[in-house]
Amino acid sequence: MNQIGGIIEQGRYTCAIGALQSVVAIPKAVPILHSGPGCGDMIQGFFERSTGYAGGSTSPCTNFSEKEVVFGGIDRLRQIIRNTYKVLDTELQVVLTGCTAGIVGDDVDSLVQEFADEGKPIVSVETAGFKATNFESHSLVVNAIIDQYVSLFEDANEPKADKNTVNLLASLPYQDPFWKGNLFEYKRLLAGLGLKANVLFGPESGGVKEWQCIPRASFNILVSPWYGKPIADHLKQKYGQDYTWFPHIPIGANETEAFLNQALQFALTQGAEIDEAKAKAFIKHGTDAYYEEIDNLATFLLEFRYGLPNHTHILHDAGYVVALSKFLLHEVGIVPKEQFVTDGTPKKYQEAIRADLAGTSDKREIPLYFEPDAGKAQEIIRGVSHSGRGLIIGSGWDKELAREKDYDFLSAAVPTPYRLVMTTNYAGFTGGLRVIEDIYHQVLDTYR
Amino acid sequence: MPKINLSLPAVQIREIRINSITGYQGNAEELVSASACGLKDKNRSFSQCLGCATSKAACMTILIQDGAVISHGPVGCASCLHEFAFTYRVNSPLRGVDNPTQRKIYSTNLQEKDTVYGGNVKLANSIREVSERTGANAIFVLTTCAAGIIGDDVESVCDEAEEELGIPVVAIFCEGFRSKVWTTGFDAAYHGIARKLIAKPRERRADVINIINFWGSDVFKDWFAPFGAAPNYITPYSTVNSLKYSSEAVATVQACSTLGSYLGAVLEQEFGVPEIPSAPPYGIAQTDRWFRALGKTLGKEEIAEHVIAEKKAEFLPKIDALRKKLTGKTAYVTAGAAHGHALLDILGELGISASGAAIFHHDPLYDSGRAENDQLAQRVGDYGNVPNFNVCNKQEFELVNALNKIRPDILLARHGGMTLWGAKLGIPSLLIGDEHYGMGYEGLVGYGGRILETLENNEFVKNLEKHAVNPYTKWWLEQEPHYFLQGGAGK
Repeated sequence: MNQIGGIIEQGRYTCAIGALQSVVAIPKAVPILHSGPGCGDMIQGFFERSTGYAGGSTSPCTNFSEKEVVFGGIDRLRQIIRNTYKVLDTELQVVLTGCTAGIVGDDVDSLVQEFADEGKPIVSVETAGFKATNFESHSLVVNAIIDQYVSLFEDANEPKADKNTVNLLASLPYQDPFWKGNLFEYKRLLAGLGLKANVLFGPESGGVKEWQCIPRASFNILVSPWYGKPIADHLKQKYGQDYTWFPHIPIGANETEAFLNQALQFALTQGAEIDEAKAKAFIKHGTDAYYEEIDNLATFLLEFRYGLPNHTHILHDAGYVVALSKFLLHEVGIVPKEQFVTDGTPKKYQEAIRADLAGTSDKREIPLYFEPDAGKAQEIIRGVSHSGRGLIIGSGWDKELAREKDYDFLSAAVPTPYRLVMTTNYAGFTGGLRVIEDIYHQVLDTYR
Repeated sequence: MPKINLSLPAVQIREIRINSITGYQGNAEELVSASACGLKDKNRSFSQCLGCATSKAACMTILIQDGAVISHGPVGCASCLHEFAFTYRVNSPLRGVDNPTQRKIYSTNLQEKDTVYGGNVKLANSIREVSERTGANAIFVLTTCAAGIIGDDVESVCDEAEEELGIPVVAIFCEGFRSKVWTTGFDAAYHGIARKLIAKPRERRADVINIINFWGSDVFKDWFAPFGAAPNYITPYSTVNSLKYSSEAVATVQACSTLGSYLGAVLEQEFGVPEIPSAPPYGIAQTDRWFRALGKTLGKEEIAEHVIAEKKAEFLPKIDALRKKLTGKTAYVTAGAAHGHALLDILGELGISASGAAIFHHDPLYDSGRAENDQLAQRVGDYGNVPNFNVCNKQEFELVNALNKIRPDILLARHGGMTLWGAKLGIPSLLIGDEHYGMGYEGLVGYGGRILETLENNEFVKNLEKHAVNPYTKWWLEQEPHYFLQGGAGK
């Protein structure tokens, strides 16, 4: 267990260049790949339906051949970048390198600087696949954009100028299948407290203009077990923005209340101008509306006599594993059994995540495995058995396992060819309700 | 140097072996005649993301029922392979696989330190572990750019593992940077399979015909029955054992010459299985030739004539009826090479005018060396020239540019991602994944029906057109599609 860098069966994340999707998620930004010919195709195939404005087959790429491997690919890259400006109408260009460029040692930074010197909004970032996972390189990409692009607009954007504005660092675009909906929900919830959130990605962000305003935010909010933390640390150091850290996704009423109260208290210490009573009333309204639904539902959960799942295994990133465990136990009544974090969490964050999950209940211990090799995780699930009807929440890879074990299955992680997600959110009060709908939709669908 | 040499670990890449090209702008007739006297490839000064050989090698190995596949590289090089696990599962009923098993797909997950110290040990350990976990009857190791550049000795590691484990461990050299033609990945997989899995024939079996194909429906069972033979599909849904004895078949046919060119030639030249001298059966003229070639190879010409007559009696009236409805329509085709030519055959037969094509690459002469296998030449001969014929290397910017100017009544595509731009421009677009769907006389009826249906139900694309997001500049859409191709204005 726990072998970072060991063999991986059934990948649940991709390599560093996969963070090109974080660029795709910025309105009108384009990733330019200095990589082998298949890298973009692999990433597109992993996430599926992930083309956005100029990703997928639209993204420019140098498509390394033997010639570039032997002689270097800088001249080719120069040509591709120059012509990108002619062919595509974009507002930010981010050059990402693949393994080939990384190993042959092309000096991409200097080349990109040539274009930046001409006034082009262009950024370079090293994302050779063997250097990091996409969970890690998301932070590399965001920090590169901050250092090489956002920094150009600092004169007009004094640090911490806007008392009630925050930068929200949460869902990883595309790696979190619910990123779009989650970011929108966070934005809506924080607005209810009286805060304006820069969500940076997706249609509810303000595109590159919003990125330019990053320094103006009074403070930052990090919603993540570990990924994205280097961005919060970087902004703290660069612009003096403190941050408050909520370590898992707030799903359902308990955690959403906790999240909003934490954000509210932090905002007050940071000098945000907030009507606290109004903010608390907003939180209470969310809770009330939520429990109106749970009230209605409880009869079904308690009385449905033909069988409902009573326990679950989750294979997901740490943020979802912890969040769904807490939520399902306390707010739905499904008991979390062996749980699997498949995101390649670095060792230094694992203890805190264990502690967070352990805090779920003082009555029970929830076995937790950090296992990026999901084949091994599946083997563990094959080997255990609990009484009652089981539920597996995971990626498309797990559908066959669920069938083998005759468990219910909810597809909620990438990669998955078995589910389409557009703007659905799992975060927030409404996100919790949606999780409930999704689980019982699957369960009821088994009755014919 | 011989073009097929199974003593070498790696296949010779397609652009060297059969002079394949990835850039051309002109018309089909010129391309056919130029192919005969030596084509020169053209480069582009702008390019977008392509596919690479490794995923092509992957799809030809992952779908082997009892194998396991290891991608030797960073985890990203196995990213899209889950798609083939899905394919295997959902198409299994088409091939009579009642209990499709979970696909066994691994990455050695190369790290930075491995690029410094080498990944040989890691690979050796991985092969051992995969064998223990899966009990697979063969393990396929796919190489990647990183493994290739750092110089791992994949062949030796696989040979040693094979000795230790007692099962075939097949090294497949499919690094993305090695070839500009990603279909080299198919050749790479077949090369490894031919070296390590296919055995010398013990006998010649008159009742077995090899089909080199993807995962399309089982149409050949019924077609071969009158000839007293059954299909042996290669390689999706095959087993290690069925591949081993594919050398004993009486003949090989191909569903797509782009796919099977190399393996067809290997089976013929190294194992004595003749490839039937005909392009795949798309369009009436070509279907006639195909059945006759099959009959001749099997020594059953009379049966071929009988089958042709019987099928024509049944389907020609239906084809005529469709032709009446479709004549005068225009279509544009975008697809991989041979299947693109097949779609052009179908259009020709149905009376639809092909107003252009963006074909991913071009193989001037397949590995068999036979002119009879040249589907584009047949197409031009049977139905006439195709204008605006572009070998586009799957470059979306060229496709968008051409479609925007040509504005056909319908876009026929094969390969994901390409229909989007037809739809965005309000052009009804059709992609049929099953490569067997349009084959034979009956295929024309089926395909023609789908074309009619697509033309008729255009409300969705007309609405999308009104709201479509377009990242391409106005300037670009005003240039010629081959502006950035060598010889174009911008090169």
